[in-house]
Amino acid sequence: MKRYLGRKLAIYALTFFLAVTIDWMIPRFMPGNPVQTMLSRVSLRAEAVDALRGYYTRAFGLDVPVWQQYLNFWRAVFQGDLGVSIYLFPKRVSSILMEAVPYSIALLLPAILLSWLAGNKFGAFAARRKWLDNTLLPVGYLLTATPYMWLGVLLAWAFGIVLDVFPIAGAYSFQMSPHLSWAFIKDLLWHWFLPFASLFLVMFGGWAIGMRNMIIYELEADYSKYLESLGAPARLIRKYAFRNAMLPQITGLALQLGVIAVGAIVTEIVFSYPGIGHLLMQAIQNQDYFLIQGCFLFIIMGVLLANFAVDILYIIVDPRTRRGMVGES
Amino acid sequence: MAGPTKEKGPKNEFLYFAFRNWKLRLGLFVTVSFLVVALVGPFITKFDPWGYVGRPAEPPSATHWFGTTFFGQDVFSQFVHGLGPLFLVGALGGALATLIGTAIGFTAGYRGGAVDEVLNMLTNVVLVIPTLALLLLIAAYLKVRSFLMEAVFIGCTAWPWTARAVRAQTLSLRTREFVDLARISGMKPGKIVVTEIAPNMLSYLVMVFILQFGGAILNAATLDFIGLGPTTGISLGLMMNYAVMWGALPLKIWWWFIPPGLAIALIVGALYITNVGLDEVFNPKLREK
Repeated sequence: MKRYLGRKLAIYALTFFLAVTIDWMIPRFMPGNPVQTMLSRVSLRAEAVDALRGYYTRAFGLDVPVWQQYLNFWRAVFQGDLGVSIYLFPKRVSSILMEAVPYSIALLLPAILLSWLAGNKFGAFAARRKWLDNTLLPVGYLLTATPYMWLGVLLAWAFGIVLDVFPIAGAYSFQMSPHLSWAFIKDLLWHWFLPFASLFLVMFGGWAIGMRNMIIYELEADYSKYLESLGAPARLIRKYAFRNAMLPQITGLALQLGVIAVGAIVTEIVFSYPGIGHLLMQAIQNQDYFLIQGCFLFIIMGVLLANFAVDILYIIVDPRTRRGMVGES
Repeated sequence: MAGPTKEKGPKNEFLYFAFRNWKLRLGLFVTVSFLVVALVGPFITKFDPWGYVGRPAEPPSATHWFGTTFFGQDVFSQFVHGLGPLFLVGALGGALATLIGTAIGFTAGYRGGAVDEVLNMLTNVVLVIPTLALLLLIAAYLKVRSFLMEAVFIGCTAWPWTARAVRAQTLSLRTREFVDLARISGMKPGKIVVTEIAPNMLSYLVMVFILQFGGAILNAATLDFIGLGPTTGISLGLMMNYAVMWGALPLKIWWWFIPPGLAIALIVGALYITNVGLDEVFNPKLREK
């Protein structure tokens, strides 16, 4: 287990190191001058220009050598100092991001977990059941092939505009202010439902299809054939097949995390849901480079943490990893 | 000229099962239909995709088959002009990702040792990074972007799962007797991989390419939708971006945002189903009973 976990942690550490390095490199070595662009964006406010120019000379520090700029960037990252936003001046990038994180998590965590559980159950149930299988196959593939943003737009149009039962923008009604009351929580859930549903549906299709394919492979495996020849009931064989098929599905969950994160970004954009994705779009449109960098860093950290959580799950589910029988990946 | 062979060649058998498989037929039919529209479409429509050719927000009619946008542009014209780049970016990005993935997978799996360690580490790292988020970061700083660049970026970041799968298969093929035979008869490693190992994985590589093709289309659509796609030209993702940004939803201009997304879902879905069909053709165990 130690070896397995150690290997994983080494990969995550290396990934984090590379991601921060890229995050630092891109504004510095890409064509164009982000500092000038940023300064020209706030040219209307004199006090902002002064404060920012001072900040930029320190942050991009042309007076210190490149290696020192790099070390300074690392120190800033560890201190949680991601600079000041231009678009929401003079708020700090880190505090803006912290406000957005709960919304992204509230959307992603239930969508990932529920779609994974429901998709696996349904996929396992549908496999090798003639008409259900033949329905699941095209529908499931169509769902996974659907761009996240398009399903979002479609749901917003159908339930928000045509049927007019759900709101299509924001996290709560704009005449309300965040406070703890039943009315507010109900309003929050009401706004949460459509973006959640569109994320859920796209992922559900993927998990159901994945499970269906795995079950069919497992039912053809030697141990299934052996059980069958012993006269074991089909339900028992399916149960074993399901357990074996779970492992690749857990690995699949880890592999999909990056795609899911980006799916959440575009879903938030469609519904103007105030999470990291919506923030990233605002940052890109306003060329707020510190905010873009911060969003990227947060997305990376989120994906790494989620990957780690999946690893723990894998260790719990698969005893071989605990006894060091699976050294590989 | 070779005389007629008595036994049926494997090609005939392949075609026999290929045509019997409804998934393969359906998938290919949908994909090829859209490809035809992409090739022929631009010659059918008489409207400039960016031209203000009609009244704003006009529903579908005989002149404007898919209606017009909020600005009075012809949606059908934009749609058919966007299909070409979609196939182009998908094929190019998918091919590049497959190529890089197989090259790394073969090298890691066949060479083993330190080379494998390093390549495996690299694969695992790129696998963990949300590559599309990385593409966003890069694209946000580029002032001019082209379709070719988009395809290359996508290809260069989408390869890890392919490398992993190819490596695993190479590892198991490497120890087979026919590979040993080639090795002791003095064949060079590169040639062994190309002539002994790769042919045994050809069916798998074809399927990998199809999956990468679909993945590249989805990635490109996402980039375009966020507004970080190519700075010139039109794409289906960009159409959706305009539709959402200019209030197609509250204005109920459904003909503006339904066609582009539906086309992407149908094409990528068809590619995936083609893949399942091919899997069943290549692997008799999976065929329906």
